Amino acid sequence: MKGVRHYPGFLSITVLCLTILYAPLIVIMAYSFNGSTSITQWGGLSLRWYGEVFTGPEASRFGQAAWNSITIALMASTAATIIATAAALAMVKGGRFRGRSASFALINLPLMVPEIVTAVASLIFFTTIGLTTGYGTILIAHITFCIPFAYLPLAARLEGIEATYEQAARDLYATRAQAFRLILLPLLAPGVASGWLLAFIISLDDFIITNFVKGAGMETLPTAIFGSVKQGIKPNIMAISTLMLAASVLFVTAAYLINRKGRQTP
Amino acid sequence: MAGGDDSWRPLARPLLIPIWVVIGVFSLLPVLLMAVYSFLTKEFRGGVEWDFTLAAYDQFFVTRGLFGDEPAQIEWTYITIFWRSIWQALICTALCLLIGFPTAWFIATRPAQSRGIWLFLITIPYWVNLLIRTVSLKFLIRDNGPLNEGLMALGLINDPLPLVNTNLAVQLGLFYSYLPFMVLPIYAAVERYNFALSEAAADLYASRWTTLREIVLPVVKPGLIAGCILVFVPALGAFLAPDLLGGAKTFMIGSLIDEQFKGSQGNWPFGAAASMILMTLVLIVLVFYARAASREGAA
Repeated sequence: MKGVRHYPGFLSITVLCLTILYAPLIVIMAYSFNGSTSITQWGGLSLRWYGEVFTGPEASRFGQAAWNSITIALMASTAATIIATAAALAMVKGGRFRGRSASFALINLPLMVPEIVTAVASLIFFTTIGLTTGYGTILIAHITFCIPFAYLPLAARLEGIEATYEQAARDLYATRAQAFRLILLPLLAPGVASGWLLAFIISLDDFIITNFVKGAGMETLPTAIFGSVKQGIKPNIMAISTLMLAASVLFVTAAYLINRKGRQTP
Repeated sequence: MAGGDDSWRPLARPLLIPIWVVIGVFSLLPVLLMAVYSFLTKEFRGGVEWDFTLAAYDQFFVTRGLFGDEPAQIEWTYITIFWRSIWQALICTALCLLIGFPTAWFIATRPAQSRGIWLFLITIPYWVNLLIRTVSLKFLIRDNGPLNEGLMALGLINDPLPLVNTNLAVQLGLFYSYLPFMVLPIYAAVERYNFALSEAAADLYASRWTTLREIVLPVVKPGLIAGCILVFVPALGAFLAPDLLGGAKTFMIGSLIDEQFKGSQGNWPFGAAASMILMTLVLIVLVFYARAASREGAA
């Protein structure tokens, strides 16, 4: 008798689940180090495709796309985090006020509309107001759909901070601004950081919405990769994929560690 | 308790202005505008003319023959595509539930120290670019890919399994895309489950599986429902998995909508109408969910 928590077969299913999730990623990582020009044959370990990413014929196209992706992700996640921080302060610390539940619905709106619908709606909107699709429209769309992702960890963190800290500061004659800057903000910092990181990854990952609002000639990394795989999966795509995979894992690990560290201090 | 002092209260609405403006203007307004577009007239080069008409919805549901002079009949083409998408999303949800529940249960019953690691392992793929995951899956299962080569080397099959461009591949892609969405909410529910209930059932000679069916599943039901919603909704409007792993026969809603906005053959009002119908389906699911959730909360 192993207790009521144990169900036979659940471990095997968990292992199966992880195998399904990881097998394709491990395979593409392994093949990115393949020295052969054929994607089917194994030609020994090599870094040639990584060299190809930075110096090959497609290097400038992917370089420009990566630059666009990273600058957009940096700006979109920063803007989304600032907006989400203000909103989280209002929603969590503002008590009850009229329009609170409407605000809550609005914050979650980008999560409830299917991505493809958001993409269509954004394209229609930008076209109607006469904004030329390109870098700017991608940035606006990214800021919008990043907001709920930045908001969620921020609000969760803020809910865990007791008001007594701020009150103690106020009792000791700190002004409201000082109490915010010296007490609340440092306590909220891990939430801000993980919100920003998640928004950054969400922006970097987006394909569908970007594909609709990017306009001709403008590429981000996912749209450039998509365009390339339409003609078949080439080894340099595997190398780029592995690099992006590594970046994602790095970012999520950072978010996880920051969050855990934040939970240990009050 | 957060919000205990009132000093933030007067600031609440000013602090919400930016989010109201940004989401209001760039998310809510576009969706409303899309609703208007679905009633406009298609322009020749892939735009619209501001003449109100039901043509897009008519094209979706009704056919009048090739030259438009036959009696009106139900147009099955697009309904079939929607039906296929709903069906695929349902199967995907069922599969994710079948694999996701045992996984979530297993993780939630680990000791506290190792639980974080298991959970972390499940979340990582969720944060890896969906495009890259889908491309990786295509690479793995293509005709002369590692999966087929491996199976042939083991002597299990003689000819490569033709997986790419089939419904099965799309199904696998959807399942693979949204599996983490199922595990996480169920995990949260199982983590709060009071195992004394299972012990009480065991004391009363209920078998493991009876306990699971009669006690555990009803208690963690809110988590199961949340997981199903989180999988079903994005699977319904999925674009990448059907586009990259499927072919013409596996056309889903996402590709249908996408096609209406590509180049001069597109039809914006029709694309907007198809998006409206998709959003209506999603809203119906969400309303059901909200009602089920409030019933659970009341019980």
